[in-house]
Amino acid sequence: MTISMRPPAVVAAPAAAPPGRLSRFLTAWPPGVILAIAWIVAMLFVAVFADQLSPQGFTKMDLRARLADPWGFGGTTAHLLGTDELGRDVLSRLIHSIRMSLLVAFLGTLLSAFIGISVGFLAAHFRGWIEEAMMALADMQASLPFMIIALAVLAFFGNSLPLFIALMGLNNWERFARIARGLAIAASEQGYAGAVRHLGGSPWRVYGLHILPNIAGTLLVSMTLSFPEIILLESGLSFLGLGVQPPLTSLGNMVGYGREYMQSAPWIMLAPSVIIVLTTLAISILGDWLRDRLDPTLR
Amino acid sequence: MLRYLATRLLRALLTILAVSTFAFAILNLSGDPALLIMSVDAPPEAIEAFRKSWGLDRPMWVQYLHFLDNALHGDLGRSMRDGRDAFTVVWERVPATLALTLPAFLLKIGIGVSAGIFAALHRNAFADRMTMTLSVAGYTMPSFVLGLVLALVFAVNLGWLPSGGYGTVEHAILPVITLSLAGAAVLARFTRSAMIEVLGQPYIRAATAKGLPWRRVITGHALPNAAIPTVTVIGFMIGGLIAGAVVVESVFSWPGVGRLLVVAVANRDLAVVQSILLLIASCMVVANLLVDLTYGWIDPRVRTHRAAGAG
Repeated sequence: MTISMRPPAVVAAPAAAPPGRLSRFLTAWPPGVILAIAWIVAMLFVAVFADQLSPQGFTKMDLRARLADPWGFGGTTAHLLGTDELGRDVLSRLIHSIRMSLLVAFLGTLLSAFIGISVGFLAAHFRGWIEEAMMALADMQASLPFMIIALAVLAFFGNSLPLFIALMGLNNWERFARIARGLAIAASEQGYAGAVRHLGGSPWRVYGLHILPNIAGTLLVSMTLSFPEIILLESGLSFLGLGVQPPLTSLGNMVGYGREYMQSAPWIMLAPSVIIVLTTLAISILGDWLRDRLDPTLR
Repeated sequence: MLRYLATRLLRALLTILAVSTFAFAILNLSGDPALLIMSVDAPPEAIEAFRKSWGLDRPMWVQYLHFLDNALHGDLGRSMRDGRDAFTVVWERVPATLALTLPAFLLKIGIGVSAGIFAALHRNAFADRMTMTLSVAGYTMPSFVLGLVLALVFAVNLGWLPSGGYGTVEHAILPVITLSLAGAAVLARFTRSAMIEVLGQPYIRAATAKGLPWRRVITGHALPNAAIPTVTVIGFMIGGLIAGAVVVESVFSWPGVGRLLVVAVANRDLAVVQSILLLIASCMVVANLLVDLTYGWIDPRVRTHRAAGAG
């Protein structure tokens, strides 16, 4: 793996002219990555200041201005992105949807990382049958598409926002568990973990204060790769009408309702779609870049 | 080898048992099905009669064993909506789903694998960057967005194809394209990295060094070796043939298993959801088992290693 990642071209690189300051900067920070970071920062800003930024209440209806065109397509500046079938301002709904979708994805990613790391550490610490059982559980989770599991759970528990977020947290935990277990086993064979253990550090201390910080880079990369997946899962379920429920709104939810008006008012559907695609794209680009920089297992 | 087979088989059976237990548990933890199906103001006698007729008045473990016993006999209960055998209701939808997923499966292998090989052979060139950018775009674009945009362009604006429905080949074109593009993007990425890894191996350098033409090096040495991990991933995709179309079927109102699942979930039709869960789990488990077993056949190294290990 290590050999294959370095093509023969690298050997020839020193012969080339020494790169200038600008090209060195562009090598370290490719323009795509800078754009991706800028987009993510903008989305975070929108999510945090959603109440201040949205021009109107996102549930406020104006039945006299239903399906109004966006500004620049025959509409007015009163509704920059037009209105939906109930005369609600699409821009305001979009802003609140961004907040909701990012919140669900963020909490879901944190939760799945927490579950996965805990399971992985337990397996690494106890070994034996506990490890076997935990890894069998991980195999089982991986053997069913999570979409199907999520649909079944939602069907039977009904749908509330906390339950939905918890469900998103079950996505991908097995990947974190596998990574955490593998890295923790490798780490506990290294000098520093043994030293802390021999000094009398409790397992909590060994794993929480010493092993975890040492493997955090790889886990962080997994989190950035897991985040867009949860956005896609959330928006897919919400699109089917089985995720975030009205009166709350999310990006997938908006697309789901907007498709009814695909012919007469395509902006209701297109605006959130563009946000979903750009956001997942930006996070994936950032994740790939972080992986190349941070993940020691790939070097 | 026999021991290996036995453990794999046991594990597969355990997975299916776990999924059925999961299906049973969520149905029963989720509240009283009688109250979900009957209206809230139904008379108590009617609710009692409903409970009795579905066996809901018996202790939980009896219900569980009864459920497992029935499931083994292929009886997964009746659809609570129309009273027909739940598994039959599901099974009727399988051909429609396969009519989408099988062509999409072939198409995504065709596009994905060739794009991946192409990108790997032009590594870091413009063609590679373009292919990989497209692949990332395909990978991060949700299937419902892609499907709706395709419908908007080709059905609503151009009017070339129907935007949804079932029956003719024209109806299948947009869903199949939607399904295959995302899968192709994943496969392209995977094939590219498998190919690049193989191209860095010493035996490729040896083959080049002994003077083989580059074309022979690729077809004779690189492709067969890169095929091993790629075929494995494709094998795992077989298990998703039935499960993989939930969203796309809903976008294009295609009457397959996925659409049925969404409707059944919305209606809380317990027996149908259970049947779909078990059907999908069985398909995935069988496909994964087959991949594991054929692995030795594809990769001679595994075979000899395993034979030596098992004694």
